[in-house]
Amino acid sequence: MTDLAQDVALAEEPSFPSEPVRRSRLSVRRRAMLSGAVALTLVLGVLIVAAFIPADTLRVNPATRMLAPSLEHLFGTDLLGRDMLLRTTLALGQSVGIGLFAAVVSTALSVMLGLVASVNRVADRIVGVATELFLGLPHFVLLMLVAYAAGGGVRGVILAVGLTHWPRLARVLRHEAQRVMASDYVAVSRGLGRSPLWVARRHLLPHLIPQIVAGFVLIFPHAILHEAGLSFLGLGVPPHLPSIGVILSESLRALGSGLWWLAFFPGLGLLLVALSFEVFGESLRRATDPDEGVA
Amino acid sequence: MKWSSWLIRFFLERMQRLLWLVPLAMVGLFTLIRIAPVDPVQAYVGARVALVGPEQRQAIATAWGLNDPIPEQFLRWLGHLLRGDLGDSMLFNASVSEVIMARWPASLSLIGAAFMLAFVVGTSLGLIAAAYKGRWPDRIIRAFAITLAVSPGFWLALLFIALFAVSLGWLPACCSAPPGLTLGEVTWGERLRHLILPAATVSIVGIAPLIMHTRARAGGFLEGAAARHLKAHGARDLPLLLGPGLRHALGPALTVHLAGAGELIGGSVLAESIFSWPGLGEATVRAAKGGDAPLLMGVALATLAMVFIGNLLADLAAHLLDPRLRNRPLGEARRRRWGLSHESGSANMTGGQP
Repeated sequence: MTDLAQDVALAEEPSFPSEPVRRSRLSVRRRAMLSGAVALTLVLGVLIVAAFIPADTLRVNPATRMLAPSLEHLFGTDLLGRDMLLRTTLALGQSVGIGLFAAVVSTALSVMLGLVASVNRVADRIVGVATELFLGLPHFVLLMLVAYAAGGGVRGVILAVGLTHWPRLARVLRHEAQRVMASDYVAVSRGLGRSPLWVARRHLLPHLIPQIVAGFVLIFPHAILHEAGLSFLGLGVPPHLPSIGVILSESLRALGSGLWWLAFFPGLGLLLVALSFEVFGESLRRATDPDEGVA
Repeated sequence: MKWSSWLIRFFLERMQRLLWLVPLAMVGLFTLIRIAPVDPVQAYVGARVALVGPEQRQAIATAWGLNDPIPEQFLRWLGHLLRGDLGDSMLFNASVSEVIMARWPASLSLIGAAFMLAFVVGTSLGLIAAAYKGRWPDRIIRAFAITLAVSPGFWLALLFIALFAVSLGWLPACCSAPPGLTLGEVTWGERLRHLILPAATVSIVGIAPLIMHTRARAGGFLEGAAARHLKAHGARDLPLLLGPGLRHALGPALTVHLAGAGELIGGSVLAESIFSWPGLGEATVRAAKGGDAPLLMGVALATLAMVFIGNLLADLAAHLLDPRLRNRPLGEARRRRWGLSHESGSANMTGGQP
């Protein structure tokens, strides 16, 4: 799966207009579908495995403490003799869940705010101010503040990643909606007596849906990375629950004894999930971007 | 337009924006801290919980004005703030301004080093990618940039420690100076050695957007009339970019980088707590964990100021480096923030969406 994701990333072609279009191995659309398949397989695989792992496989087993990666324990074992492959999978399942939730909440917020801002001038001003406020603090500091305000724990993480990822997509949507509404064909439609609802459905939605879908996918990797960061600092998921951030913060203490695999593999898993969604979202955006031209 | 008059108008416009952004930020910050289900009295009492009875708790709460109406508390906080009083940190047992004053130099040196490192690495890779567009160096660099953009920086820090500090033993894994020495005894060489790994960690956040931005800008220059003319005379891509193309690419790159400096601050929070770097980020984490609300608010305010200065510098740099911008009416600057120009768009790549 690693190779595939990298292939997809490598295959992305630049598109400078004056250069003769070079035939790439994959069309933009195929690439989007392929990277989507990779991302979804990865996530579904993680979720299914996480759901079917029997509860007692993570037993503490002193006989298998601190084993380096081998065929029996692909990712090695931790200080308590638990298999790191299983722990990583469970934690990734949890990350995917939180990421999904954050992406849903943030996308819904962006759609609402972006659309409201594009129709009403007062609302536009308010949303603009809110956007500037949210972007005024570094994202991670904002996450810490929201997590703190929500009282920390799982609830804090979920609220923090869910409530802070909307400004950029809202900006894109507002921009796009204003562009479409100012266009000639919308003016003509209105002149012909079409209702605002008809205009919104036939002219606006086809432009916005691709942006919303791509934005949704692109929020995902950032949400799971931020969740891991918060949990790593101890401001998120409590230590007894599976989480990549928790695993990594444990491994920080074990690094001095040379147990590198405790940090390496879980982080790599997180990176792969995030990367697959980033590539998928980027190619989705390219495939649906009318300015991209090459299909 | 004359330079001085432009500068004055520029600052006036900025001040005007501050005028409504700052009060809103204050209200937002106060609300966030106030709705936290952290009992300030409990946080203050801490481990001495057995020694403090309910009557004493009541007395503390009354003395702190916690029973007053919320708007009154807010105004009181604002009043203290205007007098430069940020309150006292419970964790450090000192006033918040003292803690911030003691810690910002460490943070600034870390972020400054990361800033320069990211700028050098990001722009050079971007220039190389543009010069070899479509060929293997470009492909590798772009794959690298995408991977870096989604890499958890703190995970890479752990790998750095495992490799350079534990296995190879080349660099220290902790702190800003060797333990057991007073500040005067630490040599500059030692300080630099301690700076390398944390700075590399923080710089990761800034590299990917810079690569993509520089690549796009330099690519645009190579497509332009000037470059085509020079190429017709036999110039090669890479020397062209390192010569006449450099100003085209580096000016905007610096702007983007300055505007994205806020994300470096965010990255420094994680890096500082991994490497026990005695800066503001590490204090933030301890404040958030320990329920030290005054310190958390103080650091958030300091961060806001730093981001604002970063943005100010970014705009100044952009105008200094590109005289064309100076002749545009200033109102456009605001539209630029909303509208998705290439600048804001790519500067924000690490933090979020398209």
